[in-house]
Amino acid sequence: MPAFHQRHLLAIEGLEPPYIADMLDLAESYALLNRSGKTQRDLLKGRTLINLFFEDSTRTRTSFELAGKRLGADVINMSVSTSSVNKGETLLDTASTLNAMHCDLLVVRHAQSGAPALLSQKVDAAVINAGDGTHEHPTQALLDALTIRRRKGRIEGLIVAICGDVLHSRVARSNIHLLLTMGARVRIVGPPTLIPAEAERFGVDVFTDMRAGLDGADVVMMLRLQKERMTGGLIPSSREFFRFYGLDAEKLAVAKSDAIVMHPGPMNRGVEIDSAIADDPVRSVIGEQVEMGVACRMAVLDLLSRNLRRNT
Amino acid sequence: MPDTIITNARLIDPATGLDAPGALLIRDGLIADHGAGLTAPEGAATLDAKGAILAPGLIDLRASLGEPGFEHRETIASAARAAAAGGITTLCALPDTEPALDDPALLQFIIRRGEATGSLTILPYGAATAGCQGKEMAEFGLLREAGAIAFTDGRRAIGNARAMRLALSYARGFGCFVVQHPEEPSLAAGGAATEGELASRLGLPGIPAAAEAILVARDIALVRLTRGHVHFAHVSTGAALDLIRAAKAEGLAVTCDTAPPYFDLNETAIGDYRTYAKLSPPLRREADRLAVVAALADGTIDAIASDHQPHDADDKRLPFAQAEAGGAGLATLLGVTLARFHGGDLTLIQALDLLTARPARLLGLESGRLAKGAPADLVLFDAERGWKVEAGKLPGKAQNSPFDGRALEGRVIATFKAGSRVFGG
Repeated sequence: MPAFHQRHLLAIEGLEPPYIADMLDLAESYALLNRSGKTQRDLLKGRTLINLFFEDSTRTRTSFELAGKRLGADVINMSVSTSSVNKGETLLDTASTLNAMHCDLLVVRHAQSGAPALLSQKVDAAVINAGDGTHEHPTQALLDALTIRRRKGRIEGLIVAICGDVLHSRVARSNIHLLLTMGARVRIVGPPTLIPAEAERFGVDVFTDMRAGLDGADVVMMLRLQKERMTGGLIPSSREFFRFYGLDAEKLAVAKSDAIVMHPGPMNRGVEIDSAIADDPVRSVIGEQVEMGVACRMAVLDLLSRNLRRNT
Repeated sequence: MPDTIITNARLIDPATGLDAPGALLIRDGLIADHGAGLTAPEGAATLDAKGAILAPGLIDLRASLGEPGFEHRETIASAARAAAAGGITTLCALPDTEPALDDPALLQFIIRRGEATGSLTILPYGAATAGCQGKEMAEFGLLREAGAIAFTDGRRAIGNARAMRLALSYARGFGCFVVQHPEEPSLAAGGAATEGELASRLGLPGIPAAAEAILVARDIALVRLTRGHVHFAHVSTGAALDLIRAAKAEGLAVTCDTAPPYFDLNETAIGDYRTYAKLSPPLRREADRLAVVAALADGTIDAIASDHQPHDADDKRLPFAQAEAGGAGLATLLGVTLARFHGGDLTLIQALDLLTARPARLLGLESGRLAKGAPADLVLFDAERGWKVEAGKLPGKAQNSPFDGRALEGRVIATFKAGSRVFGG
């Protein structure tokens, strides 16, 4: 198999299984390195990593910042006000600014699907999609997969139930692509108004009854209810949502007895997940997801930096 | 002006079914005569067509011009250049400009600007509602007197059922039809692509294809109620076409057009967020494209319009959902339509009928046919000559072609407006 050849990481869709497996292996080694307290600060020495966030996100930005610094990159955080009159104009104006700065690795989050792809056509840097609209969030899917693999020893053959606001979730889309590619059986669970059109054509099983959807699941992946994106009353109320689609002990009881519970954060406690479940030290792996996030982002930065042109 | 004779042509007149070799004589801007045995009068300028097809100039039922208000996208002069290069000699302009064409003086201004080009007759639509805002009815009678060809709110659907009822009813009194953008607005709001697997994968807000059939069904019911005449623009789905077909069989005054993207492309053209293929209505799935082709062939669709929507790079170089919808279409109207002839779905006469005689009949025009005494608005083209659509190299200002990169067969050699050659060496 040839080495990972992509210049950018814009999506999970289309990545072939050996590359995903390689990324996870590399991320695993970084997870061990991080736990040992050692660093590898020569790998990205002299490289510039810019975190370009058009949407607020403390968690993902910090995770990339830490990953870059642990590999020795110079890390710069740029937050671009989303209130500017024309976001698109800002996007391409920013691209020319970044080219002038000789940025090597560009981590982009944007509220619009496809914005990192557009930017990747205009910048010299390797672009990493850190979440675009309702499209994809590739590094989140990698860290989720690594967490699952560490807990379950494998991905293939597992039953993974992705629950809640799938319609607006880029996390769900990236996870669906990755988990299906790696041989898991994926279910999506939610009210019909929060399920993407023709979702079954992704290759997932769709459930509107949460108990049926969780029955026998190995992994229960909860999604954040994107309240800020909820236009036009797709659900009547958050209390009704919690009653039918919030994860509590009663609903979790139909999953496998050793099923793990995941959440990409930040959580709406009492809306999509009960606090008792979120904080359950045995079932909840939410803390480990955050830890694996740094390791996965180190692996992605490492891999993409190998395909960068050497600046002289 | 001396007489001009075009000799050695293949004359095609869809209005009469004529398809025969011959010559055509132009005198005083009109077609003086045509036929196989025609000889050049003394002093006439002669053009040897070398066997190319001579047909009526194309009549484009639907195009947006940049004037007034969006001259950075397209001016009437630049649109006229693109139209001439595409063989279009008459064009119906949408009224949702800035300001909207809801005032008789503005309408007359646009008509005069068309006359000033010397190459293009511009027939403006009048706004159906004040400012094309979908509320109070515009002054149909006064606009009609000023030259409005029909009434529409352009790219915006008349969503309010009562407003549409009144428009259909009142327009009937002036013998006019109302053009609808058939897309139920509450289902289309915020959407960027046809709802379905592809939009779900790309994370784009979807518009259900049913939004079209829903408004078509409502408006057909309103035609029954009002005995008005509705014309549905750029119809793109099989479900809507089935309703229109049934309404026509019922004898209702229901007509429609489609535009080249809807029978030449499907939704996969938006690929990796290709904003040049972002249109309104959005490109559909393949089954709908095939239904449009079938409706062209069986006559359900009355005309093919360019649906020209000029946009500049700033409108299009944006994340997909934020980019403007619409594609440039004047220069490619003939070539993409002929692709259905080359593909075996339409005869050459059928294809040209949809671009000339049928829209002319709908609009009540004298042009659109090769008749003695009709305006000498003509297009001379080679149906086999290949060319490649290249955004950046198209005639006119607007370069946002959804057909960028498409290889076409069928190229305009010369265009004549009222007997004067306005395109071609």
